[in-house]
Formats: sequence, structure tokens, C-alpha cells
Amino acid sequence: MLTIKNLHVKLEDEDKQILKGVDLEVEAGKVHAIMGPNGSGKSTLSYVLSGRDGYEVTDGSATMEGEDILEMEPEERAAAGLFLAFQYPVEIPGVGNMTFLRTALNSQRKARGEEELSAADFLKMIREKAKALKIDADMLKRPVNVGFSGGEKKRNEILQMAVLEPKMCILDETDSGLDVDAMKLVADGVNALRDEGRSFLVITHYQRLLDHIVPDVVHIMANGRIIKTGGPELALEVEKNGYADLLTEEVA
Amino acid sequence: MALPQAKLDMTEARLAALSLPGGAAWATALREDALARVRVMGLPGRRDEYWKYTDPTTLTQPQPPEAALFAGDETPVFGGLDRLKIVFVDGVFDAEASDDLSMAGIEIDRLEDVAKADIHWVKDLYGVLETRGQVPVQRPLAALNTAFATDGIVIRATGKAEKPVSIQYLHGSTTSDAILHHVIKVEEGAELTVLENGPAAARFNKVMEVDVADGGRFNHVRTQGRDHQRRAATHIFTRLGQESVFKSFTLTANGMLTRNECIIEFTGDDGVAHVAGACVGDGDFHHDDTVFVTHDAVNCESRQVFKKVLRNGATGVFQGKILVKQGAQKTDGYQISQALLLDDDSQFLAKPELEIYADDVACSHGSTSGAIDETSLFYLRSRGVPESEAQDLLVLAFLAEAIQEIEDDAIAEDILDRLRAWLERRRK
Ligand SMILES: Nc1ncnc2c1ncn2[C@@H]1O[C@H](COP(=O)(O)OP(=O)(O)O)[C@@H](O)[C@H]1O
Ligand SMILES: [Mg+2]
Repeated sequence: MLTIKNLHVKLEDEDKQILKGVDLEVEAGKVHAIMGPNGSGKSTLSYVLSGRDGYEVTDGSATMEGEDILEMEPEERAAAGLFLAFQYPVEIPGVGNMTFLRTALNSQRKARGEEELSAADFLKMIREKAKALKIDADMLKRPVNVGFSGGEKKRNEILQMAVLEPKMCILDETDSGLDVDAMKLVADGVNALRDEGRSFLVITHYQRLLDHIVPDVVHIMANGRIIKTGGPELALEVEKNGYADLLTEEVA
Repeated sequence: MALPQAKLDMTEARLAALSLPGGAAWATALREDALARVRVMGLPGRRDEYWKYTDPTTLTQPQPPEAALFAGDETPVFGGLDRLKIVFVDGVFDAEASDDLSMAGIEIDRLEDVAKADIHWVKDLYGVLETRGQVPVQRPLAALNTAFATDGIVIRATGKAEKPVSIQYLHGSTTSDAILHHVIKVEEGAELTVLENGPAAARFNKVMEVDVADGGRFNHVRTQGRDHQRRAATHIFTRLGQESVFKSFTLTANGMLTRNECIIEFTGDDGVAHVAGACVGDGDFHHDDTVFVTHDAVNCESRQVFKKVLRNGATGVFQGKILVKQGAQKTDGYQISQALLLDDDSQFLAKPELEIYADDVACSHGSTSGAIDETSLFYLRSRGVPESEAQDLLVLAFLAEAIQEIEDDAIAEDILDRLRAWLERRRK
């Protein structure tokens, strides 16, 4: 599904290399997790994949189902099936959550040559999906993320994912700032979307999210590189011993 | 004090291209008075402080610059509302296209007709509010209007008007120079909504005097559309009685030069006046909102909300003043003007002013200009919304605060539809 090869990324305005050769292959239907200390480049990887400005790819490639995504506009990547649940969801005063969701969905459909969803069909669909995530009508009516609690914002990200039904879902620290109940809700939302044709890249700082969203593969990222790859047990090892041991291994 | 020679020459050159309309003795006297005011003040020039940000040359030159007609297929705004429609084409009343001028609760006449009558209520009001509005800042184009307006609508509301009066200004000639003067009297406890739309003429000078008696309510919503090369100077003068309410909203899209002045005077306690504007300008566009609010009564609330979206070198101007006179205690004055600059070539020039002579008041004003929020733009795009559409969503969000000032939901929806259509058309 997603193939990243030798990806090198620096900041556009600064002479600062952040990703220093990332290799990663996420197969269709699989859940991969990336763990790593703060500042290791996890968010940068997610932003570069989704097309945010401010970064320069100096080497390497990233393809989704064989297509070079780095050449695409952010909206083209979205229409091709890429989705990023933001670590810090953005508040947009004045743009209604519903309007936003419907515009996003119909833009993607249009881009793929599919028919747009009518207002009535959309309403029906969104109500069902919102209910599962315990998002009430009021939250749907409010401006995007404005006045939402941390947990509400993260749930809103998952709602967007459920509505847009992407193929490749990247979740950047979706667990941060969530209490246990909220995390469970988010994890259930993600698990409900697990499917043979859909892949996940779950970025997290802590192991606890992975108790709920059980990954197939776990990668450890440090200093702009994937330094170790393993099964779910790798996450438990990190939980127990921290990153220190792994980092020393890397240096050695 | 004698006028500088250049101003004098410029003024006389303009006056030479005009002639006073005929009418009853009272009308002629009022027009001659206004002409005398023009001669004392002289027409505005580039050096005048009040025209620092807006060049009045094309508004004062004897003939207007030519303005191409806009070939659009869009149906005019307000078409779906139940309304009494009045149509002017290049400033000339179009009886065929207009509805019958009668409605329960209000009297509607044409200025051209009543100016010939010996007796009419308008003779006690015509030019009166304009004259009051000449102090402390001179507005010579308004006096010019009072002197030379060929027509207009005069309305007296004695009850609650059952539907809005909708004045539509069509533009049919590339050289038309229209001068219209409306006078509106809202009697005690009466209520009236006036809608205006359309480009009007190659050049348009319009004055609307609105006298709102105690407990009266006046609502005004207008659009100034895409007929791009038009130039306009408009003035609203309003005097507000006790517990009266005045609300005015304007949506402007393009127009090479628009100067909209609104002069509000509270003379009775507990009045409310809200004036708002949203504009979207692209390229060779200059839009000026100039507002002057005088609080001369206790416990009145005034609110100014102006939002401008500017791109490709467009210019937005805001001059807004709140004057709180001695004794106008408990005044609540609010003013915000904001510009969203979609590129580095566009500019917003703002002069917000407060002048307060009472000690127990709450007044605030703010003015900002900024670029589109890149983080929001990326967030929208990352969900699949194309860049131009994402930008429009943010533009609509930016303008929302001004549009929310429209009281009537159906009218607000109409305005929003029009704005969306304009934005969409631009994208294509
Ligand atoms: N736009 C930016 N400007 C400056 N530094 C940045 C920027 N983006 C990322 N960085 C730096 O790059 C490194 C990796 O950051 P990030 O990708 O956010 O890490 P993580 O998500 O793993 O915590 C950090 O040192 C961070 O400060
Ligand atoms: Mg991060």
C-alpha cells in the first residue's frame, strides 16, 4: 500500500535535516505502529506524506499503490486515499463542521469521478457515524474543532476518517491527551474501520494505545530513522525499558 | 475663507455640467441652498484629509469615465423575496419594471413627483439630515446630490410595512451619470426594510436620508455587484429617536471605486445602530467605507463591523469614527474593521477613531489585516478540498461576522448565496 524508500527530508527554510533515510513498507490490510522519543521525526514523516509546505525532500521516494505521492497536491493525495489524523487538529472558526465534512467528501468524490452525495444522504450517513463515536449533533453544527476539548478533537478526526473512508490512514499521536474511556472510543472507531483493503500507520509515544489497536508490525524511530522493527512485543519492550536501551544499541 | 483656485475651478467645471431640476418653490429653494453649500465647501480633492486614502477625481470630474456593462447571466439578488420592487435604469425610474407604489402602512412616492407639489411632508426633511451631517466633517458630494438629484424615492412608514421595499438599480449605458436622493421617514413605532441592489450607472451618486422617530425600526440591506468599472459615492444620513433601531448591511463585490459613507446621529436615548459591510475585491478595485457615529443621547449602542477580502492589488479603506458628546453617558460603541489580504499586492488602509467627551462609556475599536491562515488551509486540503475552494471556505468564514449582522434570515441566506456564487464564478 505505502512504500517509503530512503526518505530524506530537511526543513525548507533552515539547513536542518530531519528525516535521514526512512524505509518503510505498509502492506494492504495491515496495521503498522511507529514509536519513538519526542523529536525523532514522526510528525514530520506524517506531514511530508500528506503534503504540508515547509519541508524539502532531498532524497528517496514515497509511493502509494505504486503512485508517487510526493509529487501530488495535498488534496490529490487525499482523493487518492491518504488520510492523516493530526496530532494537533486545527480549529477553523466560521467553517461549520458539517459543511467541512460534506465539502471534503464531495471534493474527493468529484476528483475520483464519482457522483456527489446529496445533502439528505450525507446527513443520514454522518448521523450514524457520529453516533458511534458519541459525537452529538451540537458538535457537528459547531465550527470545526472550535471550543472542542482535546478528546473531542481527536474523536472528530476519527469521524472524518470514517466519513472519508481512506485506504491509507496515518494517525499521529491520536492517543495523546485522551483519558482511558476516550482512548477506548477512538480505538473502537479505528478498529471498526480495519479492513483488508485499508492500512494504518499508527504513530504513538506510548504503548497503551496499542493494547486497543493491536498492530501487526512495530517500528522504532529515532533521530530521523527507523532503528528497529519487530512485532507487538517490541512495543511492550519499549514500555518496560524505555527507549534508552534501543538508542544505545543504535549507537553501538 | 476662499477656496484654493484649483478646487474652485474643479468645482465649477463639475457644476457647469449639471443643471438644477425644476420643481415647486420649496424644492428649488432647498436645491439652491444645497448648491450654495457646495460652492462654499468646494468638491473633494486629493489633498483633503477625508479623502487621503481615496482619490475622488473620477467622482468629481464633469463626465464619468466610461464603464463597460457586465454581461452576466446571474439572476438579481432578492428575486425570491416577497417585496415591493422599484427599478431605476441609469438613474431613470422604470415604471414598467416597477411594482405599483402602494402598500399598507407606508406611503411611497417619487421625488420627481413630490418636488412639483406645493405641499408634501418631504419638504421638511429633504436635505435636512444631509446638512446636519456636514458638521464636523464636510461631505460636498452629498450636498451636490441634494442640489442636483433628478429623482429618488420618498417613503413614509406609519406602521409596520408588510414587505420590504426593494430598489433595483440597473445599468444600461456605458456613460450614464446618475444622481438619486431618497428620503425615508419612519414614524413612531413604525417598521420598514429597504433593500438595494445593482450597479446603477457608470457613475452613481446616491444619498439616502433616514429619519427614525421614537421606537421606529429601519432595516437596510444592499448589494453592490460585479459591474466592475462602475464608480459610486453613496451616503446614508440617519437621525435616530428614542429607542429606535437602525441596521444597515452592504455586500460589495468589485467596482473600480466605491465610497460608502454612513452618518449616524443618536438624538434620543436607548437607540441602537448597527452598520456592517462585507466586500470582496479583485484587482483594480477600490472600496472605501467611511462611517461617522455621533452619540448625543444616553445609553445608545452603536456597532460597526467591516470585513474586506482583497486580492490582486485591490485596495480597501475604512475610516470609522465614534464621537461621544458630553452627557452621552452609558454609550456602548463598538467598531471592528478587518481585512484578509490574499496576496502581498493588496492593501488595507484603516483609520479608526474615538472621540469621547463623556466619562461613563464603554467604547472599543480594533482594526487588523492579515493573510490567510496556512495551517487551516492545509488542514482543509489534507481532507481533499481543492486549494481554491478551501480558500473560499476561509473567505466565507472571515466574512461571517459581518453577514451575521443581517437580522432577517431569508435575506441573509440570499446574501450568502450571492456571495458563494460570486466566489464560485471567480474560481471557474
Ligand atoms: N517546521 C519546523 N520548524 C523547525 N523545526 C522543526 C519543524 N518541524 C520539525 N522540526 C524539528 O524536527 C524534529 C522532529 O520533529 P517532529 O517530527 O515533530 O518529531 P516527533 O513527532 O517525533 O516528536 C524536532 O527537532 C523538531 O523541532
Ligand atoms: Mg509529533
